[in-house]
Parts: sequence; structure tokens; C-alpha cells
Amino acid sequence: MKAPGTFAVSRSTLAKDLRLEWRSKDAINSMLFFALLVVVVFSFAFDPTAEESRKIAGGLVWVAVLFAAVVALNQTWARELRNNVLDAYRVSPAPANAMFLSKVIGSFIFVTILEVLMTPLFVMFYNLRSIGPLWELAIVGLLATWALVVNGTFFAAMSIRTRSREIMLPLILFPISIPAILAMVWATTQILTGEYSPWFWIQLLAVYDVVFTTVCLVLFEIVLNAE
Amino acid sequence: MSFLYTPDSVAAGTTPAVSLFEITKHFGRFAALRGVNADFAPGKLYVILGENGAGKSTLLRIIAGLMEPTRGEVRVLGTKKLREVAMRVGYMAHAPLLYDELDAMENLRYFAGLYGIKDDAMCATALLRVGLDPSLKRRVGQYSQGMRQRASLARAILHDPELLLLDEPFSNVDVTSAKDMASLLGAMRDQGKTIFVVTHQAPVMQPVCDECIVIAGGRLTTREKGIPRHLLSPYAAEARR
Amino acid sequence: MKLKLTFFALVTLGLLSYALYMALVVAPTEATMGDVQRIFYYHVPSAWMAFLCFFINAIASIWYLAKRSQTADAIAVSAAEVGVVFCTIVLLTGPIWARPVWGIWWTWDARLTSTLVLWLIYIAYLILRRFSTSGRAPVLAATLAVFGFFDVPFVYLSIRIFRTQHPQPVIAGGEGSGLDPTMAKAFLWNMIAFTFYGLLVMWMRYRLELAERSIEEAHAEKALQEGA
Repeated sequence: MKAPGTFAVSRSTLAKDLRLEWRSKDAINSMLFFALLVVVVFSFAFDPTAEESRKIAGGLVWVAVLFAAVVALNQTWARELRNNVLDAYRVSPAPANAMFLSKVIGSFIFVTILEVLMTPLFVMFYNLRSIGPLWELAIVGLLATWALVVNGTFFAAMSIRTRSREIMLPLILFPISIPAILAMVWATTQILTGEYSPWFWIQLLAVYDVVFTTVCLVLFEIVLNAE
Repeated sequence: MSFLYTPDSVAAGTTPAVSLFEITKHFGRFAALRGVNADFAPGKLYVILGENGAGKSTLLRIIAGLMEPTRGEVRVLGTKKLREVAMRVGYMAHAPLLYDELDAMENLRYFAGLYGIKDDAMCATALLRVGLDPSLKRRVGQYSQGMRQRASLARAILHDPELLLLDEPFSNVDVTSAKDMASLLGAMRDQGKTIFVVTHQAPVMQPVCDECIVIAGGRLTTREKGIPRHLLSPYAAEARR
Repeated sequence: MKLKLTFFALVTLGLLSYALYMALVVAPTEATMGDVQRIFYYHVPSAWMAFLCFFINAIASIWYLAKRSQTADAIAVSAAEVGVVFCTIVLLTGPIWARPVWGIWWTWDARLTSTLVLWLIYIAYLILRRFSTSGRAPVLAATLAVFGFFDVPFVYLSIRIFRTQHPQPVIAGGEGSGLDPTMAKAFLWNMIAFTFYGLLVMWMRYRLELAERSIEEAHAEKALQEGA
């Protein structure tokens, strides 16, 4: 028997997580509903004209996604803590990063589902029409979601070793994510209004993703085993 | 501080399965373990007794590599680098260490993957050895405690480890399950495995125990062959200091 | 050690007094801004000290993660706390200066925003330390410091470019932009004095931290001996 490779373990852990999520649907349902509520509340707060809405929609959508994502991220490690299952993983020869990657990808899928749900609602409530091409928005969406989810998963793992773990995650995540939030908001706004090219922001997001994914992968094992 | 280990209590020529040198663990100001020194020969079943809070679970977690000692050195299967021997070590706690929403085979299949095991046969074998039915589709969360602990034991042994660490495996388990698990452990010891069992239920382990160790106040206070009479009553170790 | 500290403290006191004299008495009143401009002698050195402290924290954190040295962790926490204090001073004196002179409390320019983000990151750092159970706090906090270290360049860069697309008047344009020579001297003395002051407070905090740790260790030793 050889120790398993990172890719194989990530895949099996992700499959296990998806199966578990599917079997205990209550968590998903309440989070989807929460995302919906966030959109509605934001929509009540602002009542812009079509022209104005293109300028502010970028910020609104991403802040709404940020809040919904935090709720989802807080759940990432909850299942591993029940029954102390995480101990069984730590004791095995499986590499720590495999679990990290599978959690990140799992959260990525989930937050993307939230976005796919929330965005049409925003479009509807604000009568949004994008001047720039939609495929550019899709790229921004992917890079931005990864930026939030990779750091969010890491900090969620850190916060399981603290008191008040639900508040610890946004406390750490928001300051570190500020450049990414700026980039995702302005890239989106640039595309919607067609005023400037979003490509600088997209490149910034891409570099941010690469740098922080690397930092997370290097440091995750230390945090997982901090006992 | 030098950490040379002296293999004096072990037969010459054999590496101890587990070797503890001045193992100390502090949680803030509380000293959970205070300089535990011991060598454990392979191929034996060791029962660890002691009151609640004596440090037994902490010691087992340190041997399993889940926790680092504040001071001291632990060697498992001849090495300080515990990650390297993770493939040959099995761990079980009184928490089930299983996913409630999956059934037994699904759980074991997943954990088997963590050890690089791809075929189901080993999972099914492990379940059969502990007396569970591999084809049972019920979710583990709906098992009785006895069944759950059996499933947890199956998870711990499925990769056929040389060293098995069990922390209170019989807590809240029915007598039959406990006896079955104990005799399985004895059989495994006969095959050459080294087994550590932390328990409050000495009588269950008495038939199969090689040596018993008492941890009191973070120290190793007693070490004897078998389980002596005065330690047999379940909480006798606590009553006695 | 106590003697060196006392000597250092006296030197610092001397420097601070002289720098105060230079800033409030010797330096001429600024032509357009008036006396309010004198805040500059505290605002900028505080910013410099804050960045220096955070930089020391970042290095100490990386050292801690590599070597698990208790000294490194003690330096890290001292630097973080002193840095947060200086950073708070910067964020308070900035608006106090800006409001009477430029009419606005705040502007999202690169320097100010980076300072705010640094402040937020290190407040989070201190809260994380407090909320972690004792053994884990140093490791988790050091990890966060590393994230912060990589984050700040992104913050600075992103706001700089943002401002090229959405320009606005920059307040407090560069230290070197035509400073009167007497003012430059006062400024330099304050920079030196604040550096000494910041290092002094950090040193004292570090000694306090070491003292606290040895008390904890003594308690732990005592617990070890009990019931022997």
C-alpha cells in the first residue's frame, strides 16, 4: 500500500462532501434562502435609475455575495468537527492539502450556485443591462469567487481553533480580501458601464488568486495540526 | 536536554513499538502529563487505566501524532517522524470518527482511500471482523452505540495497522459488543499487532491483556503484568492513589 | 539589561523633548495651512513607526513559523501592539489635519487606505491572539501576519491604479515636496525621536511579555512538581 496522492484524496473527499451535502439538504436550503433575502433587502435599500444602477450594481452584487459566502464558509468545517472525524483524517497518511483543495472546490461550487441564484434577481430588481460582454463578467465571477473561497476556507480552518468561531472568519477575511473586493467590484462596474477596460482589475485578481492560493497551500498543514 | 532513548526494558535487539521519553504536556498552567517515561515492546496488548483527567487520552493523542508534547520525545515504530508511519498506525476514540450521513461501507470506502486502498474487499473484511454486515445500508448516525463503536473499530483496522491505539472504545457499549471487540483485539495481538487500549472497563480487557499501566495525575504510577485484582473493579484505579 | 533600558529611555526622552521644541517653537508656521500643519511632525513619523513595527512583526512571524522560537513570538506580539497604537495615531491625526486644511475628513487615496487596511488586519491579529486557546495563538497569529504581509502590496497597488482611473486631489503631497530647510530639520529630529520612542516602547513591551511568559512557565513547573 502506498500513501495516496493529493489529487486522488481531493477527489474522494470532494465526492464524499457532495454526497453528504446532498443527504442533509437542510443546510443548503437555508443558505439559498438567506442569499435570496440578502438580495431583496439590498434592493429595498436602493432605488436607482437604469443608468445609476449600472454604476452601483457591481458593488451591491459582490457585497451581497460576500455576506452569503461567509455563511456558507462557516459551514465548511462544521461536518468534520462533528464526531471528531477530522482526527481520523489527520491520523491517516493523506496529505493535508488534499483536504484543503477539496474544501475549497466544494465551497467554490456552492458559492457559484449562490451567485447563479442571486444575479438574475439583481438583474430583475434593477433592470440591469450590461454594456460590456457577458463572458468578461463570467471571468470576473470565477476569479473573484476563487479569491473569496480560497482565503475563506483557510481562515475558516483557523477559526475552528478559536472561541467565537463564526465571527472570527469575517473578522480576518474582510481586511485581507479588500484588494480582491476592490478589483471584483470595479471590474464588474467597468464591464457593466463600458466606461473603462476591466483588464487591469482582472489581471490583479488573477495574480491575487495565484499568490494567495500558494500561501494557503504552504501554510495549511501548520494550521490543520495546530493543537 | 538530550533525548537519547535507552532500550533497557525491551528485549535486546528489538525496537520498542512505542518509546516515551520525559513526555510532558501543559495546557496553560495545567500539567496534563508530567514526565512520562516508558518503552513498550511490540506484539503485546497494553491496557491503560486511570481516573478521568489523569492524562490517558492526552498520552494516546500524542502517540497518535495528533498532539505535540510540550517537552519530551516520542518514538513510534522506531521513528520520531510520526507522519512517516501513519500508514501503519490505527486510531480510535470514544467519539465515533465516522460520518453520520453515510452508511458503514461508504464511510470505510472513504477512509480506505485515505490509506491508498482502492478495493472494497478490505473494507468488507474489516466490517465482518467486527461483526457488522457490509451490505447494511443504514446510515451510521442511526446505529446503536455498540454498532457504532464496532464500525469505528473497523475503520481503525481496515488498513491492517501494526499499531492500534484505542481511546475508550467500550464507552456506553453493550456487554456483548464489548466482549466481541475485546476478543478481536486479543486475536489481533496474537497475530503480532501492538495494541494500546485506554478504558475504564478493566474486566472486559482482562482475558486478553498482557500488561496494564496506570496513569495518575499525569504520571505513570503502576506497570504490571495482566490486570491485578485490585484494579479490576471499573473505577478502582480512581479510588486508589 | 535594566541599565541599558534606563539609558535608552533617557536618550529617548531627550530626543523627544528636543524634537517637540523643534516642532512647536523653532519650525516656522506654514504659509497656507497655519499652525495646524505642525501635526505633520507627528502624523508622518507615527506612520513610519507603524509601518516599521508591522514590518518587524512580519519578519518575526516568519521566523516563528520557521523555527518556533518563543523569542520570535514575543517580538511579534510586542511589535503588533505598538504598531496598532501608532497606526491609530496616524488614522486620528490624518482627519484632524485634513478637515481644517482641505475641508474633507477622509479620502480613499493609496497611502491612507493602505494604513486603514493594515490597521484592520492587525486589529484582527490581536483579536485572533486573544480568542485562540493558549498553545495555538502564536501559530495562528503568525500565519495571519504572513497573509497580511502579502496583502499590503496588493492594497497599495490596487488603490494607486484606481486613482489613476478616478483621480482626485491628493492631500499632503509627498514629504519632500519643497520643505523649508528649518522645517526639514524639525521633521528629521521628530523622525529620529519617534523611532527611538517606538523602539523603547516595543522593548518595554517585549520585556513585559518575557516576564509574563516566565511566570507562566514557573506555574507550569510548579504544577509539574505537584503530587510527586
